[in-house]
Amino acid sequence: MGLYEQIESNKRRTFLLFAVFFAVVIAVGYAVGWLFWDFGELGVAFSIMLGTFWALVTYFLGDRIVLAVSGAREVRKEEFPHLYNTVEGLAIAAGLPAPKVYVMNDPAPNAFATGRNPNNSVIAVTTGLLKIMNRQELEGVVAHEMSHIKNRDVALQVFASILVGVVVMIADMAMRTMFYSRNRDKDKSPALMLVGVLFIFLAPIVAQLIHMAISRQREFLADASGAMLTRYPEGLAAALEKISANPNQLRAATNATAHLFIVNPFKKGFLVGLFSTHPPLEERITRLRERSMGMQG
Amino acid sequence: MIVGSLIGGGLLMLVLMALAFFGLIVIVAIVWMYNSLVSLNERIDNAWAQIDVQLKRRTDLIPNLVETVKGYAKHEKSVFENVTKARTAIMKAGTISEKAKANNALTGALKSLFAVVENYPQLKANENFKLLQEELSGTESKIAYARQFYNDEVMLFNARIQKIPWTIMANALKYKQRDYFKTEEKERKAVKVAF
Repeated sequence: MGLYEQIESNKRRTFLLFAVFFAVVIAVGYAVGWLFWDFGELGVAFSIMLGTFWALVTYFLGDRIVLAVSGAREVRKEEFPHLYNTVEGLAIAAGLPAPKVYVMNDPAPNAFATGRNPNNSVIAVTTGLLKIMNRQELEGVVAHEMSHIKNRDVALQVFASILVGVVVMIADMAMRTMFYSRNRDKDKSPALMLVGVLFIFLAPIVAQLIHMAISRQREFLADASGAMLTRYPEGLAAALEKISANPNQLRAATNATAHLFIVNPFKKGFLVGLFSTHPPLEERITRLRERSMGMQG
Repeated sequence: MIVGSLIGGGLLMLVLMALAFFGLIVIVAIVWMYNSLVSLNERIDNAWAQIDVQLKRRTDLIPNLVETVKGYAKHEKSVFENVTKARTAIMKAGTISEKAKANNALTGALKSLFAVVENYPQLKANENFKLLQEELSGTESKIAYARQFYNDEVMLFNARIQKIPWTIMANALKYKQRDYFKTEEKERKAVKVAF
């Protein structure tokens, strides 16, 4: 598959996943509304309202929270001229305004991008990353992050995690309520009610799975469009190899911020495969190397 | 009779409505084509401005660099002359292809300058020199990225205005094929290795 086709198919898959995602949120809202208030639409309206409020708060405050939690600080050009030039160069390549540059003091090599839109974006890298990467590799990593900004992945991720949050919250509320009010549901068919209850139990897991699937798609997409920016996929491939070989673990990462980083900061993740925020590194490297050959030909 | 006139009147209305609808679609399409072509054209100008900014930045850095290197390597006159000549050429260059050519010449001249520097370990260790070198190589890769972006935009534009119906709109706007910012393929790779 060529680069452009890969980018297109990635976008289609993300769209599809979001469509399913929305369906799950609405279905959960409906199931809860129907079970407890005999009025499905009320549940749907409630979940949409909750989601919108949550989205607004996270959209405008999310980047500040993330930067504070990760311990990143904004640096001046004189401190890290090389990093600055790389970020500015790739911003030019992507046709974007230059993001702010942040550095995390941490020996584990990693990086992330945040900010609600390209005009308010930040690229943060660890000192460990700067130490072990050569010019092309650093360009590869920064290009990956720049692609997240260009593809609006930060907003997308915020959106996805809120959808998960809404599903989890509503399901949680529903389950709590179930224990207190059991006698009102005489006119509903028990089979349907069982389906509804089962669905409410399963929905948070399904939502989480979809979120992770979206996250993995976006990582592949950022790898592909990052390679488009540098026209040198091997740079990122080599960088990913170096990161995976490095034994240090990022101190500042939490489960909530793990999906942001270029490589999952939890090396030996207890959840693999379907529950992973990132595709396996080997697969990402293989895809980049295949592309590298395709580009020469 | 009655049925016939009804059909006739209804048909007329239908045809008129279809025509009006069709006309509306044509107008919307024309406006959209006009806007998108104008903004494509503008994007190329912006992309070119990016290259120009970086070229300017590069020429600004050179006198300082030459001074610093001269402090350690007085005798390498021909190298300094070449760099200064290439710098003057790029400042004089007007058209895109002239600038591209002058830029390539400057890159070559700088390469031999940095090759000379290899013989002066003290100079290589000089903090000021290191900073200048980082700035220059940073600017050089920015030029490369700006050029890549510019050429992509030009490719998009040139390909589009060859196609029907865009070509009609392009003619009306007097848009011509835009020039690429050309470079030898070798250069970019060489730059990457050099620093």
